[in-house]
Amino acid sequence: MTPYPVLQLRGLSKRFGPVVANDDVSLTLHKGEVLALLGENGAGKTTLMNMLFGHYLPDAGTVEVADAAGALQPLPLGHPQAALAAGVGMVHQHFALAENISALDNITLGAEPLWSLRRNRAAAKAKVEGIIQRSGLSAPLDVPVGRLSVGERQRVEILKALYRDARILVLDEPTAVLTPQEADTLFANIKAMTKSGLSVIFISHKLREVLAFSDRIAVLRHGRKVGEMPTSEANEAKIARMMVGADTPLVEREPLAPGAPVLNLSGMSVVGRSKRETLNAVNLSVHAQEIVGIAGISGNGQHALAQVISGLKAPDMGTVAIDQAAIAHPTPARMVKAGVGRIPEDRHHEGIVGAMSVAENLVLERLTEPDVSTGGLLRREDIAANATKLAKAYDVRGPGTEAQARLLSGGNIQKLILARVFERNPRLILANQPTRGLDLGAAAEVGRRLLDARARGAGVVLISEDLDEILGLSDRVLVIRDGQLIEAPTRDRATIGLMMAGETV
Amino acid sequence: MMDLLNILLSDSFWAASLRIATPLIFGVLGALICERSGVLNLGIEGIFVVGAMCGWMAVWLGASLWGGVLAAALAGAAFGFLHALLTVPLGLSQHVSGLGITLFATSASYFTYRTALPNVSSPPRIEPFQPLDIPVLSDLPVLGPVLFQQTALTWLALGMVGLVWFVLDRTALGVALKAVGDNPDSVDAQGLSVYGLRIGAIVAGSSLMALGGAFLTMSAFDAFFFGMVNGRGWVCIALVIFASWRPGKALLGAILFGAFDALQVRLQTEMGALVPGQVFLMAPYILSITALVIAARSADYPRALLTPWFKGQR
Repeated sequence: MTPYPVLQLRGLSKRFGPVVANDDVSLTLHKGEVLALLGENGAGKTTLMNMLFGHYLPDAGTVEVADAAGALQPLPLGHPQAALAAGVGMVHQHFALAENISALDNITLGAEPLWSLRRNRAAAKAKVEGIIQRSGLSAPLDVPVGRLSVGERQRVEILKALYRDARILVLDEPTAVLTPQEADTLFANIKAMTKSGLSVIFISHKLREVLAFSDRIAVLRHGRKVGEMPTSEANEAKIARMMVGADTPLVEREPLAPGAPVLNLSGMSVVGRSKRETLNAVNLSVHAQEIVGIAGISGNGQHALAQVISGLKAPDMGTVAIDQAAIAHPTPARMVKAGVGRIPEDRHHEGIVGAMSVAENLVLERLTEPDVSTGGLLRREDIAANATKLAKAYDVRGPGTEAQARLLSGGNIQKLILARVFERNPRLILANQPTRGLDLGAAAEVGRRLLDARARGAGVVLISEDLDEILGLSDRVLVIRDGQLIEAPTRDRATIGLMMAGETV
Repeated sequence: MMDLLNILLSDSFWAASLRIATPLIFGVLGALICERSGVLNLGIEGIFVVGAMCGWMAVWLGASLWGGVLAAALAGAAFGFLHALLTVPLGLSQHVSGLGITLFATSASYFTYRTALPNVSSPPRIEPFQPLDIPVLSDLPVLGPVLFQQTALTWLALGMVGLVWFVLDRTALGVALKAVGDNPDSVDAQGLSVYGLRIGAIVAGSSLMALGGAFLTMSAFDAFFFGMVNGRGWVCIALVIFASWRPGKALLGAILFGAFDALQVRLQTEMGALVPGQVFLMAPYILSITALVIAARSADYPRALLTPWFKGQR
């Protein structure tokens, strides 16, 4: 039997004010198929899926979903309830789970009558357990979701959809928060479920998993569908070209001999309230002309490490030395003075002051220097000239250097931060998730700038959840797990993945 | 010391505690329902006044006592609905809207009272609820005398504790209510209406608050006076945190506060010569702040409390 279409999107368009999020997108999904939806950030993948699921009302276009008999029926748009009833389940990138109720309650929420005095939890639980057995997606059902791990929460999200008898499952960047092993298991489970008739669309920008697990690939760019092909005919270069619209310049790392140490952390511990705020006796040396990659699943102490290196938190034990000079009482100002440049994780809140102009943000870290202020008064003209120069050199685009910084896009905010950091020629650069949420072009630019800084003699601490990025840029790779840093013995993805998951290798 | 023990062991002391606690039980439950859905309702103080005024005035105009209770609940629901419209679909500041509702509801009540009774120095009395004698329960050794002195509204308050607990803990509606106060997206993604749940919760919670006010004019006293609510609504806002948003603990908190209040009245009469009376008046509030400081550290705030949610923005 040839696979018949279970979902037909025709001519979907959506604009938000002047921004065209989707322009005349058509897409077909067949029974038992895994379709990967690819595209850079802002290409319109999530908007498209949100229209399918009824969160957004399209400006034009139709959606048809196959009923149980396999005949395509038009889906009323703008109603999640209708999408659920038609057998469409969606797992959002940001989990839509209430943490104060159990997984079972989250799964049955909305599926049982609100005004009934009785609940049939036993029957619901039996049904969920049946689904768990068939799909292999297990999660504790009776504890509050707040106590579940990220992987478990994601499985609860998928169980939610399957409980509603979803025949079409939409997964929005399902592996963003998983270890490589968890991701592989997830895809293996999904593959198995497609055998029994489930059809899946998953959004991703990780080319590796797309090539490994999908049957067909559709690529969006600037809100339009620019290509579609069977996965068997695709390769990384071909997809990347489609996503970006041109050949992406590859970032090449030249071998360089590391110089003198610029950062030394020895026996450093931070006592925190949670795992993400805790470090246990960490030793770390970073040399000039060296990029040290810190791999790990978020929440394993990266936050504490970044806070210490940027001077926001004093370690409870151990010492911090920059250029082999110990910093007695680290504060952000002292660390900046010692030559630390910071690219913070949350660029919108910690990287810029949104209400201040681009020009002012560019001089934030050196307000007392003579070309910025004299006698406590700002030198407006020099600040403006500096901004014009840097905006050109770092390609910061937006409504102008006198406009509020919050009006810039995420990629341009990052370029602003890069300009501010690199212009000071820092000895050490702390880059915390520097490419998170950036599109391929902007991410490549960040990588190139970090390599430039390394070539000029800076040391770089690169904290990232993206293993491919770490492997591409780093001279040395360390894994952070439960507040401890362990040197990775190899650069093998699988080995590092296992270390991230806490297994000894 | 003996005196204190005598007070604590007497039926009348505990009967008074429960009586003082009754409006607080209604108020805490009402605030708890609103906050569980994610919306703070600082209109509570004004809704108490509206409930007190409407219940009493309905009876004075000829309604039955239960008709007065219904009138109070409906009036509370109306002001709750206004707060809900401002804070849920419009997503305005819950603090500002709530305080506005309190000011508006209070002055609207005073205005109605003055318009209906332009030239009276003391308000007309009504025949309030009388203590209920329930055959078997009243004969219980310790509880009997304490409960025997209570009116039907106190029984209603105790019943409401059970009802709210049952709904929150045992029904699908309760699960949805808790979920919408923790992460509205979870409710929306499952096809339920975030707005519907929140508006419903605020309206229901506000009518409970109004019943707290109605108790004052229809059971504790027999007429409406200016200033008679006297901060009880604010006490309820604090008690919800003390109760960690749980109905059982809410009952406990209300009774504790009632007991402090009953105790200070008695201590005032016994020790009034030694210490100024105002010190005793302050005591329940100081104790409730202390209890709050201890309890609030471990309080389980609804995560979405104070955060407006808009459809289509994820």
